[in-house]
Amino acid sequence: MIQAHIRKHFRASRESAAFTLDVGFEAGPGVCVLFGPSGAGKTLTLDCIAGFTRPSEGRIVLDGTVLFDGARGIDLRPQERRCGYVFQNYALFPHMSLRENLEFAAERLPKLERHRRVSETLERFRLTEVAGRRPHELSGGQKQRCSIARALLAAPRILLLDEPARGLDQSLRAELYSTLRQVRQAFGTPVLLVTHDLDECFELGDEMMVISEGAMVQHGTPRSVLQQPATVDVARLLGLFNLLPVEIKALDPSRNVSRLAFGEFELTGPYLPGRLLGDRVSVFVRPEHVLAAPRDGRPGGNQIAATLERAAERAETVRLEFAGGLAAVVPRSDYERHRHSRDWVLEVPPQFLRVI
Amino acid sequence: MILRMSVDWFPLWLSLRVAVLSTLLSVAVGVGLAYVLANRDFRGKEALDAVLSLPLVLPPTVLGYYLLVLVGRESFPGRIYEWIFGQPLVFTWQAAVLAAFLHSAPLLIKSARAALETVDHSFERAARTLGANETVIFFRITLPLVVRPVLAGTALAFARSLGDFGVTIMLAGNIPGRTQTIAVAIYDAVEAGNGAVARALVLAVSAIALVVLWVANRLSPRAAT
Repeated sequence: MIQAHIRKHFRASRESAAFTLDVGFEAGPGVCVLFGPSGAGKTLTLDCIAGFTRPSEGRIVLDGTVLFDGARGIDLRPQERRCGYVFQNYALFPHMSLRENLEFAAERLPKLERHRRVSETLERFRLTEVAGRRPHELSGGQKQRCSIARALLAAPRILLLDEPARGLDQSLRAELYSTLRQVRQAFGTPVLLVTHDLDECFELGDEMMVISEGAMVQHGTPRSVLQQPATVDVARLLGLFNLLPVEIKALDPSRNVSRLAFGEFELTGPYLPGRLLGDRVSVFVRPEHVLAAPRDGRPGGNQIAATLERAAERAETVRLEFAGGLAAVVPRSDYERHRHSRDWVLEVPPQFLRVI
Repeated sequence: MILRMSVDWFPLWLSLRVAVLSTLLSVAVGVGLAYVLANRDFRGKEALDAVLSLPLVLPPTVLGYYLLVLVGRESFPGRIYEWIFGQPLVFTWQAAVLAAFLHSAPLLIKSARAALETVDHSFERAARTLGANETVIFFRITLPLVVRPVLAGTALAFARSLGDFGVTIMLAGNIPGRTQTIAVAIYDAVEAGNGAVARALVLAVSAIALVVLWVANRLSPRAAT
């Protein structure tokens, strides 16, 4: 269990603009993903937790141990924090064999256990056969397993991973995910993982935290964040289409509906508590929930006319992208029949309309 | 002719002893200073670097003069030395070690600092998260990563110690059989018109320097390709 409140201020310099990181969060067991664009402060957050960077102020508590407390002047050295860190470049010591890398991590264990623990770890991470090799003689997957294994050997209270999948091809990525799932099951060590890959959040994350420009903008399960982004900003970060700026025309709490104007089109949506007539809000609907058909005649209720710009074909479905940032996912067979249509209508089922 | 002539090889042995000791001193002090320069930020860091590099550009006699003032019999450090060891430092072979050290250490500091600055800090950070203390990290992670360039710098420092003339003659003088190093002995031999002795010593120094340079080049990463 980690509770962190971190503030770190960087003054503007010749090379960079001023930047303030200000995040507060709690994360329990399981994998928690720090998601956000490059330069949002994700890695900086990890570095503050590991003790590489001293926050300007704040408090970090890990399993009841205070790692940092600006007000009380507590700032444990990285050696005392017991945070495992998996670096983007793995940081395996190049002048040591794989076994020696692990032995280095095991040195803080009781003497009698070291050898056994190293051998066990090599076995568990399928590295026994290559234990005598130097890092540069290993495959990418082996290096990655070794760096995770080395971090875990020191019995950390939390495992921090900095963009572990960056630059990996599909199969190595799949291998990493399965290794991490294994880690979650076998070790129960909480994992904090930095990524800017949304699929990774879903693949691995029990929780996700969205960080943008140094601030935490949303925290929840990946599913809930995707279903209900807190702000238009988050929705953009998540790469969501179908963000519609609408004006509230009518609100009917008794029937649990609202009427919304999107340009010349009228949409029926769910009742919006806490909003007033005439408010401008953003709603969105996931492309999978949009019903798309070629246009014939005037759009009816909850329909929007749209011009097809691009069709991205996938194995089972086709993702249609329309002018104005609208998108729909339709079954491949539907698309085949209408592939020459340029003008479409998009129907938005009221129950799938979400307000941000 | 040379073979039958008796050459006093004392200056060569003295120079080798002086160079070995001054190089050991350079490695101990130089790598430490280079580590501080490469890894710490403090006020006046570049000023310190400039002062440490001064011996590379100053005429050796100027450096020798400074040293003479600094550790001479009248100076405070000079008196301390005399009080501890019972004899003055200047005009002894130990002074020649100090002279060679100050003449050559900057070379080692420069190359060690450059090498240390290229070390990827993620290795040191990783070692920290694994619980290793800073001493362990320095000797078992950082130093092994820069061992080749540091050894190359050491070889150059050794060659420079071996060949020092100006600082040595100012500080240690030219006492045959006591402080006369090989560079000074060659000068002496030429002055005295003793060409055969000069040639023998010159060849010996050249051969050693060549070997040292060859080693340094083998060690420096650029030549490894």
